[in-house]
Amino acid sequence: MTTPLLEIRDLHASVDGTEILHGLSLSINAGEVHAIMGTNGSGKSTLTKVIAGHPDYEVTGGDVLFKGRSILQDEPEERACAGIFLAFQYPVEVPGVSNLYFLRSALNAQRKSRGEAELSGAEFLALVKEKAKLVDIDQALLNRSVNEGFSGGEKKRNEIFQLAMLAPTLAILDETDSGLDIDALKTVAAGVNSLRSPERAFLLVTHYQRLLNYIEPDFVHVLLDGRVVKSGGKQLALELEDKGYAWIEEEAASA
Amino acid sequence: MPDTNESIEALAQQEYKHGWVSHVDADQLPPGLNEDIVHAISAKKHEPEWLTEWRLRAFRHWLTMREPEWQKPKYPKIDYQGIIYYSAPKKKPEVSSLDEVDPELLETFEKLGISLDEQKRLSGVAVDAVFDSVSVKTTFREELSKQGIIFCSFSEAVTDHPELVKKYLGSVVPYTDNYFATLNSAVFSDGSFCYIPPGVRCPMELSTYFRINSAGTGQFERTLLIADEGAYVSYLEGCTAPQRDENQLHAAVVELVALKGAHIKYSTVQNWYPGDKDGKGGVYNFVTKRGMASENAKISWTQVETGSAITWKYPSCVLKGDNSVGEFYSVALTRDRQMADTGTKMIHIGKNTKSTIVSKGISAGHADQTYRGLVKIMKGATGARNYSVCDSLLIGGTCGAHTTPYIESANPTAVVEHEASTSKISDDQIFFLRQRGLSEEDAVSMIVNGFCKDVLSELPMEFAVEAQKLLGVKLEGAVG
Ligand SMILES: Nc1ncnc2c1ncn2[C@@H]1O[C@H](COP(=O)(O)OP(=O)(O)OP(=O)(O)O)[C@@H](O)[C@H]1O
Ligand SMILES: [Mg+2]
Repeated sequence: MTTPLLEIRDLHASVDGTEILHGLSLSINAGEVHAIMGTNGSGKSTLTKVIAGHPDYEVTGGDVLFKGRSILQDEPEERACAGIFLAFQYPVEVPGVSNLYFLRSALNAQRKSRGEAELSGAEFLALVKEKAKLVDIDQALLNRSVNEGFSGGEKKRNEIFQLAMLAPTLAILDETDSGLDIDALKTVAAGVNSLRSPERAFLLVTHYQRLLNYIEPDFVHVLLDGRVVKSGGKQLALELEDKGYAWIEEEAASA
Repeated sequence: MPDTNESIEALAQQEYKHGWVSHVDADQLPPGLNEDIVHAISAKKHEPEWLTEWRLRAFRHWLTMREPEWQKPKYPKIDYQGIIYYSAPKKKPEVSSLDEVDPELLETFEKLGISLDEQKRLSGVAVDAVFDSVSVKTTFREELSKQGIIFCSFSEAVTDHPELVKKYLGSVVPYTDNYFATLNSAVFSDGSFCYIPPGVRCPMELSTYFRINSAGTGQFERTLLIADEGAYVSYLEGCTAPQRDENQLHAAVVELVALKGAHIKYSTVQNWYPGDKDGKGGVYNFVTKRGMASENAKISWTQVETGSAITWKYPSCVLKGDNSVGEFYSVALTRDRQMADTGTKMIHIGKNTKSTIVSKGISAGHADQTYRGLVKIMKGATGARNYSVCDSLLIGGTCGAHTTPYIESANPTAVVEHEASTSKISDDQIFFLRQRGLSEEDAVSMIVNGFCKDVLSELPMEFAVEAQKLLGVKLEGAVG
């Protein structure tokens, strides 16, 4: 059996002394696309931040393995350089820092950590051109300050652009579809699909089956109160769209 | 913005990069201050009698003054009798070729990153380097003189262009101005002098580097810059000092004269030794900088203040002529026990005068910072306008930032706008940048550089790069 790309074992995590994840387990193989759905406040964003190593979250039990190795002691930037990417539910603004300057610094930091040569200005711009086309992002946005004054949809698109530029092994998308118009959703989905590869896995947090029409998941998991309570194929998402979460809550309660 | 991440990493190791001492033989006067010392300084510099007299008048006036106490930073009493007021490298620096300059001195400048030799050949920046109190070498002089531009040490100007010095010395900052300016007027030992003739656009950036080297010395340099009618000049000033336990006093005076339609751009990157983590040692940076703008003239001050135990300065503009313009762009970064009380004064005298103030303060550790600004609209300043924005960025919870804008308007047609903000670097911003692969320190440095962008973009390119590096180095270990 091959080692999963990401393996989460009985994970417990708290923020400000409140436990949010109560023993969550999940396993993702390279090449797979997993979707996570669940009610507001069930812990989806918490899970993504714990995987990425946000210092506000304390892991009190369990483990997170990436390529078979525990990453709980790793700094966020080490996890990033190892190939974990998180597209944020609420992308932050960094006033005064140009998008491209930021991305070039980030990309070169990652390359450096892998022992690769830094990209020259020309190589970098060539890559920008290619990836900007892929996610159809406006050139003007690239020269503006990171997310400053971007519309909600533009911020999301910018996250996907960063994803395309940094080419991680594990891409976690936290509600990237929320706030996107239909056309933007299609472009973003097309971008993600073109990045799918046997080496790369995706973890999509979403509330809407709609996204999954465009990015077909191999697995769908339902998160409830800090645990994965149900997993299934893509038809589970359809079922949720149809019936909501109540029946799962009942199922979980009686289990 | 220029790409400097590589250099930030390269600089990451050092605590205070410029903290070495050069062992150059120095010709010094004994410590202490009295009329004999003032005479001796003047004599050492072979000054004409009028200047000796001017110094003495200043000294006598100084004796009647009290050290100011209104500023926010408090410091232990300075022992003015314990300071050495004149210290010059022993080998006479009046040389025509760099080969004759003391090799160790040259090395010092190389460590400062300003190999004169290289500067001369590569960068097209004319440099006057002031080491302790004496100006060592002015590059590019011949080239500049072809256009009638005078760029030399203050002492040389006194000898070679006495009429200009006599006319303008003290015309913007009179010797009675304030405690430290008056002290400077009595004991200044050297500095830079610059004159741009009418209608001439100075073809290169002019630059001065200051360094305090000898122990127990004060540095009292004086800069006098005159842009004649319609002239333009961009002037850069950089400062460093070695690491020492005792406090060193730096009380400089800079006077800018912008005649009709002239434009002076004056940029400073200040990195005097700030003292150690607990506030031991460091430079007291008490300087008086002021410019006088005639009709249609423009004066722009840009400063990046990262060093010194205490910084206390208010580069100011006297907007005397109609339609004159004053600008002040400032970044001040304080950490550990550093204190800064800085800002500007914009005095609107002429009609339709305009001023802009952009101040960015960054505090970390136990540092304390005050923006103090005065916008004064005189009665005759019809149609005057001012726009001020003062932003503070706090790193951690133990530092302080204060904004004290004073506005005095005696003309009802004036429009004065002031905006202020205080923010903290958010954990989510840092996490976002780290998630993309940047180290925590690079993340903070990037956020801070972004915060300062509006000011850094006012600096000439190579200075902006240096300033960015400096901010990065200064922020090492400031978070967490
Ligand atoms: N600092 C905190 N202290 C206490 N509780 C917190 C804190 N931060 C988040 N929480 C709680 O943790 C729970 C999980 O939040 P999380 O953001 O992971 O939910 P989510 O599943 O992503 O929800 P949504 O679908 O609305 O994005 C919520 O109930 C939230 O209120
Ligand atoms: Mg969420």
